[in-house]
Amino acid sequence: MAREIGESGEAKSAKVKKHKRRKSKKEGKTRTVHANILYDHTKGLDNPNRHYANNKIKTTKYTLLSFLPKNLFEQFHRFANVYFVFIALLNFVPVVNAFQPELAIAPVIFILSVTAIKDLWEDYRRHRSDKEINHMDCLVYSRNEKKYLEKYWKEVRVGDFIRLRCNEILPADVLLLSSSDPDRLCHIETATLDGETNLKQRQVVRSFIDLDCEFDPLKYNSVIECEKPNNDLNRFRGYIIHCSGRRDGLYKDNLLLRGCTIRNTEEAVGIIIYAGHETKAMLNNNGPRYKRSKLERQMNVDVFWCVIILLVMCLFSAIGHGLWMFQYGDKRPVFDVLSPEGTDLSPVVSAIYLFLTMIIVFQILIPISLFVSIEIVKICQVYFIHQDAELYDEETDSHLQCRALNITEDLGQMQYIFSDKTGTLTENKMVFRRCTVAGVEYSHDANARRLAMYQEMDSEEEDCTSHGGTLPRRDSVASHQSGKVVLRSMSTKSHRRTGSRAEAKRASILSKHTAFSSPMEKDITPDPQLMDKVNECSSQMEFMRFHSQSIKQIPPDLCDIFDFFIALTICNTVVVSSPNQPRQKVRRYELKSPVKTIEDFIKRFTPSRLTSGSNSSSSSSLATNRSSHRVGSSMLSSAESTLTKLNEEKPPDHDLQHAFSPVPPNYDKTKALAKDECELRYEAESPDEAALVYAARAYKCSLVGRLPDQVTVELPHLGRLTFELLHTLGFDSTRKRMSVVVKHPLTDQITVYTKGADSVIMDLIRPVTDNVKGKRQRKILYKTQNYLNLYAADGLRTLCIAKKVLSKEEYASWLQHHLEAETAIQKREELLFESALRLETNLHLLGATGIEDRLQDGVPETIASLRKAGLQIWVLTGDKQETAINIAYACKLLDPEEEIITLNADSQEACAVLLENSLHYIQTKFLCNPPPDPQAAKHYSSFHFSSPVCSLASSAHTSPFLVHRLGLVIDGRTLAYALDKSLEDKFLAVARSCRSVLCCRSTPLQKSMVVKLVRNKLKVMTLAIGDGANDVSMIQVADVGVGISGQEGMQAVMASDFALPRFRYLQKLLLVHGHWCYSRLANMILYFFYKNAMFVALIFWYQFYCGFSGSAMVDQWYLIFFNLMFSAFPQLITGTLDKDVSADTLQELPQLYMNGQNSEEYKPYMFWMNMIDACYQSLICFFIPYFAYVDSDVDLFTWGTPITTLALFTILIHLGIETKTWTWINWVSIGFSISLFFTVALCYNASCPTCFSPSNAYWTMQRLLGDPMFYLLCVVTPMAALLPRYFYRACQGSLFPNPVQVGRQLDKLPADMRRLLLSQSRMKLGSLGSLFTPRALFFPLCSPFQKDYRPRMKPAHVSGNKQKEKAIASPIPSKTVEMWDTPLSSKTSGNHVILNIKTQDIAETCRPGSDCPLSGNLDCAMEASYTKDPPTSRTVLEATLSPVDLCQVRLLTSTPLLCQTESIQLVLPPSSCLLEQKVEDEDSSNQSPLLPKGGGDTQHNQEHSVKTTFL
Amino acid sequence: MMASSYNAKDEDGIQPGSVGSGGPGAVKNRKPDNTAFKQQRLPAWQPILTAGTVLPAFFTIGLIFIPIGIGLFVTSNNIKEFEIDYTGVDKSSPCFHCSQNYSWNSTSACTCSVPFTLETSFESNVFMYYGLSNFYQNHRRYVKSRDDSQLNGDQSSLLNPSKECEPYRKSDEKTIAPCGAIANSLFNDTLELFHIHPNGNRTAIHLVKTGIAWWTDKHVKFRNPGGNNKNLSVAFQDTSKPVNWRKPVYELDPTDPDNNGFINEDFIVWMRTAALPTFRKLFRIIQKKKDSKTPTLQSGNYTLEVTYNYPVRSFDGRKRMILSTISWMGGKNPFLGIAYMTVGSVCFFLGVVLLIIHHKYGNRNNNADIPN
Repeated sequence: MAREIGESGEAKSAKVKKHKRRKSKKEGKTRTVHANILYDHTKGLDNPNRHYANNKIKTTKYTLLSFLPKNLFEQFHRFANVYFVFIALLNFVPVVNAFQPELAIAPVIFILSVTAIKDLWEDYRRHRSDKEINHMDCLVYSRNEKKYLEKYWKEVRVGDFIRLRCNEILPADVLLLSSSDPDRLCHIETATLDGETNLKQRQVVRSFIDLDCEFDPLKYNSVIECEKPNNDLNRFRGYIIHCSGRRDGLYKDNLLLRGCTIRNTEEAVGIIIYAGHETKAMLNNNGPRYKRSKLERQMNVDVFWCVIILLVMCLFSAIGHGLWMFQYGDKRPVFDVLSPEGTDLSPVVSAIYLFLTMIIVFQILIPISLFVSIEIVKICQVYFIHQDAELYDEETDSHLQCRALNITEDLGQMQYIFSDKTGTLTENKMVFRRCTVAGVEYSHDANARRLAMYQEMDSEEEDCTSHGGTLPRRDSVASHQSGKVVLRSMSTKSHRRTGSRAEAKRASILSKHTAFSSPMEKDITPDPQLMDKVNECSSQMEFMRFHSQSIKQIPPDLCDIFDFFIALTICNTVVVSSPNQPRQKVRRYELKSPVKTIEDFIKRFTPSRLTSGSNSSSSSSLATNRSSHRVGSSMLSSAESTLTKLNEEKPPDHDLQHAFSPVPPNYDKTKALAKDECELRYEAESPDEAALVYAARAYKCSLVGRLPDQVTVELPHLGRLTFELLHTLGFDSTRKRMSVVVKHPLTDQITVYTKGADSVIMDLIRPVTDNVKGKRQRKILYKTQNYLNLYAADGLRTLCIAKKVLSKEEYASWLQHHLEAETAIQKREELLFESALRLETNLHLLGATGIEDRLQDGVPETIASLRKAGLQIWVLTGDKQETAINIAYACKLLDPEEEIITLNADSQEACAVLLENSLHYIQTKFLCNPPPDPQAAKHYSSFHFSSPVCSLASSAHTSPFLVHRLGLVIDGRTLAYALDKSLEDKFLAVARSCRSVLCCRSTPLQKSMVVKLVRNKLKVMTLAIGDGANDVSMIQVADVGVGISGQEGMQAVMASDFALPRFRYLQKLLLVHGHWCYSRLANMILYFFYKNAMFVALIFWYQFYCGFSGSAMVDQWYLIFFNLMFSAFPQLITGTLDKDVSADTLQELPQLYMNGQNSEEYKPYMFWMNMIDACYQSLICFFIPYFAYVDSDVDLFTWGTPITTLALFTILIHLGIETKTWTWINWVSIGFSISLFFTVALCYNASCPTCFSPSNAYWTMQRLLGDPMFYLLCVVTPMAALLPRYFYRACQGSLFPNPVQVGRQLDKLPADMRRLLLSQSRMKLGSLGSLFTPRALFFPLCSPFQKDYRPRMKPAHVSGNKQKEKAIASPIPSKTVEMWDTPLSSKTSGNHVILNIKTQDIAETCRPGSDCPLSGNLDCAMEASYTKDPPTSRTVLEATLSPVDLCQVRLLTSTPLLCQTESIQLVLPPSSCLLEQKVEDEDSSNQSPLLPKGGGDTQHNQEHSVKTTFL
Repeated sequence: MMASSYNAKDEDGIQPGSVGSGGPGAVKNRKPDNTAFKQQRLPAWQPILTAGTVLPAFFTIGLIFIPIGIGLFVTSNNIKEFEIDYTGVDKSSPCFHCSQNYSWNSTSACTCSVPFTLETSFESNVFMYYGLSNFYQNHRRYVKSRDDSQLNGDQSSLLNPSKECEPYRKSDEKTIAPCGAIANSLFNDTLELFHIHPNGNRTAIHLVKTGIAWWTDKHVKFRNPGGNNKNLSVAFQDTSKPVNWRKPVYELDPTDPDNNGFINEDFIVWMRTAALPTFRKLFRIIQKKKDSKTPTLQSGNYTLEVTYNYPVRSFDGRKRMILSTISWMGGKNPFLGIAYMTVGSVCFFLGVVLLIIHHKYGNRNNNADIPN
């Protein structure tokens, strides 16, 4: 079915291609669009647009006429169908036919028609929804009426002028020509296309911007030349050629895409460029992918074996027949009938004919119904997964979504999970936590406490806050949505191919409406200290402005604070709106667009205008707002008496308490406060931005308005300031930063504010000079870096804020290049990128922020249980190493007891060395030496179900990988080296022996490369889960892609096979549904093979008694319908409903998941076991009736019918043995099967005495039912046939139960008993099995083990661990001081191996290109330290490390991050920057070297220590 | 297909009552129904196959099957059966000379008499069978080679039978009735049974010709053409006899019009193709004389008079005559009884094995299950 849908997608694209081809002759490389109204009178005959597709969409595949041929043609694309039709047709050849030809067609017809009906129905639905969409209304300009008239969407054509109202959905791709917005903007919501709920701005075509009056279509006479239709949503280029000959460029910012919704814009007019199937939205529509599951692949192998068995059987029969004929020689026996022509057939020819006949007779060995049954079962499975109430998210009202319908069973076989971090493990709801400005940290303790309260209250208050809190907003939404519009959006519900899930979801989102804002991120309790400084600063500024003093007299730190908040407020793309009016509109006196030309620049920056323009606007707003604002600002800012002089009014005590109460203020109050502030809503492109803007607002620096060319900021004391926005250099993942260029209203300087990842910003900071200022700068830099590391260690996302003041000359010269870049048509993006790079240099660091991304609910538990389930979890994130590691600890991905191998390399060689050493280390530690603690060894091996510890090397592929308690952390750069062809094997060898792998700073491409590498090299099943566009490639590469339908848009969901509302649902999806789907399907497939083989073998045995003539004792009806009807239902029911273990037990005992991972249910040998069983059973079912009737007067079908009957019984009872849960449905289905058989048999045998040649089983069944022999046979044969299997199952259940059976036994226990067992986890279920089987089948419930001897193993660390846990739970910095002393004690325990390779040594010895003598050196150091002898390792370390490094070593272990008892750090800093660093190190601090690059990533530890001293 | 529809439905927001619990309110809640079926929590019986649980089944089966087997075996043993091969393979055999004739078309009838002795007397009705070995009546092309409509008396099929009858469809431009290979190879030996009294007198034993075919065959499946027209030769005009036959179909039993033509029971019996290459077909019935204390066939000497027409030596066939009484379970066949006994004993044995297993390991398993 998925295939069909996929095909439909293909068909559609093919259609489009056809269209394109036809058009390409006329169109050439571009599309030229004229206005239709010019050609209205000619009825379109010479309308140049007439060749373009109209807006009528037709996604149906068939018409009434074309349905039958086309559908058949499509169905015959499936090989199985062709095979069956071939066999059916073979029956029409008289010499080979086995059945009545008409009858033989029946099943094929049946299958084909079922599929055809399904297709027809689906097509009808498509047709209906098309119709609905085609008949939606829009306003199109009519020349005759001289106004806009309502027209159906389908009547809209390319070149029409269309008027769009607020909240309308775009019918086609429209070039925006006019907008009611004063800034000539149009806001659209693209949720249906990409799922992003934030509003995007689109701009009127440049040449129409200047129109002051309303756009008049009659005056339009330009020609548009643009690209041919393509599916790139983010690209549109073209020209508009006016009659004057002037050309203007068109960009994607001018194009409104079909399916988007107009928001915040009352009216817009545009001309249609692409319509119908040529719109970008339609071209982007691809059906779900068709994936083949592992089980299906395995099945196909066995189907192939079936073909071979079939051919062997046919060949055997053919040869047998030839010999049988041959033995009679010329004496033709009377029963050997001549061919119809009366000619004698030679044995050879006869054998050849017989071969074909036998293929027909044995055709059901390749079961016609298997494929259909599998599809049906999978669909039912999808249905049940879909219906699972536990996978339903109340909050977003969304289900789990199965987008790929045919890989459900893969969910039960996953071995590796690749997860994104942000948005997947975490909420992606950013909360501002801390910041540092000018080297001073503001810890926001109150805020932290408030957040903690939030977290606690989350569970209870969820409903309250999400529903109650949003009520006013919902009202407001409703208020500016007319009733008609609401209807409109309802009527688009079936616009399904443009991500209608998103559309459906929009209702809920609309109710919240504000993208990326939770109550948490809005309410920020300001840090009092910082608040004071802000107040002080702004009041001073006001004072100075008032006295016309230079702003430069303000102390630099205050200045920095001011700039810091300005940057937070304006350096973003946040759109402001308030509920009362769509957007704040200020008609400006003159048009001020971003600087577009040099002349413009010169004109605008003449001094006279400079002062008048901006000052007037800012002061005017200042005047109007000051009074209203004073109250609010004073309320919060006047806590400190030092400030009172600046305030005229005393704040009431009541408010003051609330403002600074350490506990979170009562919600109602804050809400009320927020409401007083007019409840500005911020719509941000990313949650970080929103968090920062809200944070700034908490400090009274609120963003109140944003227009394309200016940003208005409200500041305490200063009132509204309007910044002239000259450029916005948007964020991109390569630069990892964004900048705005503004003209500062107070200083009139051109200022660049940059915000970005600390790693990049720190590199762009202006080099410090040697004067006093420089020293201060260096200090600030250094401190900031420390804090950044500290933030990262706390798991915060860090951003650096920097600014740069440009002189006019600098700006002018930059501008020139930039404008060139902007106007370039070719390589515009690249040029703009370079231009941005040029600008963002020599920055002045303002500060840094730490934003928390909270873990989603249940993530640690989910990860823990997935891990228990034997899944390897790798986290691939773009985040910083420290942040990632901390999140990893927080979500229990890394265990404090684990050793962590950190790979940071700067070059290919270094990376190779690191990998080599890590591998060596792992081998030394885990493979050749038995682990120090024998119990631990047992523990390790038992935990992973594996045989002795040292077997990894030999049994790498056969046995489950041996996974040590090791964590691997690798950063993006090193990953790039490691993924190189030459190193990937080593990398994998290291990575696969680690329990968890963390790839930080990885790009989307790297993510997918990692997944691909693991999937291809290790031959494992991989699952990728992610939520954002950056995970799409990884999701697509993995065997199963899971998208989180979170906040970051729909791309991931669109690319995924399953979409989950939350990460924690993965647990049930995999452990329960995956397990069930897998075991059900695996069992069903095996059963299918068995069933068909067993039935076919009956006929095969008969060939020995009918001269290999292809005769069958089973009536052709039974033969044909046996699979299709009589035995079909019970297996479908079992395949759909059977539960080997209950959901609860599966979740409580994740170990049961390994059943699927190791393909326990369906191993290759099981196919053969089933075949042998089938063979045995068929022998019994054949020979018991044979001997019972041998040499009797029984006729062919009176003998064959009992055989059929008892085969049916045998098959059903066999299914019964394999069925684990019997619900009434099972009973009904089996009863139904049997009664169906007898009903059909009786009816058939009574219907016609002369038909159904040759069998003509008239009255056979009736007679048999009166024959006691029949009953006797039907009792004894199935018993005899199933005895071995039943006995085997019973023995297996008693002697060597597999974990699943143990789980089932657990199921049987009463609930409280089971809970007791599971909680105590003492039982060693199945431990008996180990006595009998070499493979240890015990049931490792190891956590108690672990607890038992953990103290014995590491007595010294219990306290440390506890502290560590505490530290993770509530990372309050002061706690870390206590951690100070633990490392030393841990060192003496001997378990602690710290390897710090002297960076200088490496740098000197391991220059790129030169052969590395280092490795040996390193090895010896490492080997020495492996020798578990504490003093030795200590001396080695001391010998190789300088005192500074020693200090570093100590520090390494002191942080909460690395206090785990065993830790290896393999750090190779970049060789190139070492010398500089050296110098810098000595300069900045003599405590420890500061390595900002590469190696610096792991250096946060020292910073931590620094911090403690600071505190 | 269903799944896609679910997705589509959800997307559409139109949820049928069965899928979603969309209340009357405008805001539809897409939360799945909390029904046992949808949540896969249907009450279920979960048998766990362990030694302990299946023990009773094994013993029960054993205990039931063994007596049944014994009963069947005894029943079968009570059936009296006598079988004599009259193919005449051996030179010493009385029918040797007849068996040398391999041809179907010999006109001279060859007769031979085969003497035999019944050791025991047959009490109830005795069924007389002829048995053929190595005769593949179940050959695929052979089985097909008939026209049921023709045999059902259909007039059009009589003259224009199915193609399946080829190459025995037409002979000399005339339609063969009955057509096809099965009919063509009709067993045409005549068997007569004589009791040799100790004094040397021969008494012909009365053999009943009717009642040997299935009732439905005789009355439903097979009908002579022309309905009630008693004159079969008219009904079968324009048809020709099968190639191997000596006489046309309407002369199969001239004495009894209800046993002539297509409804001749010997013919009907032959037309019911045997399942296996060694088979017997009911030929005659020797009915127990009513109110007579004498057995149907007393022990003593008998002679089988054979009109040897049917050549089987060409394919190494054997012809036998079988005399047998029958029981409720049919002819003599000890196999089923043995099978029941065997299966029963195996079950019993396995039951014992399981018992041992259960005793040895089952308890330990339970102990492991439940702490304390």
